[in-house]
Amino acid sequence: MSAHEQFADDLALYALGSLQGSERAALQAHLADCAACRRELEHLCSDMGLLGLATMGPAPPTTARARLLSALAKEPRGRMVRKQGPRWWLLVPTAAVIVLATISVVLWRQNNALRQDLAQQLKQSGQNQTEVESAREVLALLSAPDAIRVTLVATNAKPQPQGKAIYRPQTGSLVFLATNFSPLPSKKAYELWLVPTSGAPPIPIGVFKPDSQGSATVLMPPLPKDLQAKAFAITVEPETGSTSPTMPIILAGKA
Amino acid sequence: MGLATTRPELSLSDAEIIARIYSGDDSAMAVLYDRYSSVVYAVALRVLSDNSAAEDILQDVFMQLWRKPQAFNASRGSLATWLAVIARNRAIDQFRKKRPEVEAAETVISVDPDLESAADRSQAIEKVRAVLCGMPEEQRAALEMAFFEGLTHVEIAGKTGQPLGTVKTRIRSGLLAVRKAFAV
Repeated sequence: MSAHEQFADDLALYALGSLQGSERAALQAHLADCAACRRELEHLCSDMGLLGLATMGPAPPTTARARLLSALAKEPRGRMVRKQGPRWWLLVPTAAVIVLATISVVLWRQNNALRQDLAQQLKQSGQNQTEVESAREVLALLSAPDAIRVTLVATNAKPQPQGKAIYRPQTGSLVFLATNFSPLPSKKAYELWLVPTSGAPPIPIGVFKPDSQGSATVLMPPLPKDLQAKAFAITVEPETGSTSPTMPIILAGKA
Repeated sequence: MGLATTRPELSLSDAEIIARIYSGDDSAMAVLYDRYSSVVYAVALRVLSDNSAAEDILQDVFMQLWRKPQAFNASRGSLATWLAVIARNRAIDQFRKKRPEVEAAETVISVDPDLESAADRSQAIEKVRAVLCGMPEEQRAALEMAFFEGLTHVEIAGKTGQPLGTVKTRIRSGLLAVRKAFAV
């Protein structure tokens, strides 16, 4: 009896060749480490053998014996095979040369392929690095507190608060730029909301406080992918943020 | 020794026969065939229900032993039970038209009753048949479907309407019942 009862039934099925899939793989992994179960498997194979031994049936046809012996005669082994030994050994050097030549060609081809692959990877890596540097510069500029932000309006108009949301639903990427926002009382902040097209409640994206120039940014907040936006809106909330917008809406824009 | 003059050498042990096969003595194969061909053929025929296909399995099993006698470890168990398992597995593979899942060399059996003499084998056969006759019908059917038809426990459960766990346990306990009959 197996020391591992949980594998007991499966061992019998494995011996019979009927254990499949993950159960088979799990048992094989266990057998590699468990001598007791390997021993039990041998016992089960013996049990199968005894079961087979007791099979009732007719004797094989008398012609079967002659057929077997004839087949054996066509496949001599032992002394006859050994007689051919010396000639076989003569082929060893030739075979070795062929094998070495084949291996050399294969290695040479593999080497060339690897060199080409490496060159391609280096080229791709360089392009990726350039793109990353460019993206970093854009983000640094957008978020730099000392960057000068100028909103251009009609010459006779007073600058108004503005928000620009750049949103890509497929990747859940968002950049929000705020300008000309009024300062807020302490413990208050502006909160940006995404209004889904699905009709679900607005989703809080992030809170921000404008700097002395009235500017602020919200960069790449964590958002799910493929979230379709109907609109974006801004409200004033406690600085810790809210789970639902507090009226009134300060700014809003359709996506 | 010429094949035309080969006669069963009843005094040879299985280990001695295998040793002679190792050395390329084809007359030893004839002795082995006379001793165990009925077991191999009966198992193959029971699985395949086809005389010609069963004879092909018979040829295949003995030719494999001739080509690779080291597949059987004479110190670990009886040749009779090993051949029965190999024949069953080959026949099931043939029945399902697939490549052998387990090579003969991977089939290891434990040391089991001495079955080299015809009298020993006859006694063992009677014991196994008695066990099968005394087994509950559902258990015997599950065991025979798994062994002779190569059905998986899932297929047996589907065929009989029995719970999967019950089928698994019946198969295993059926094999253990056979073992128990030979316990000292």
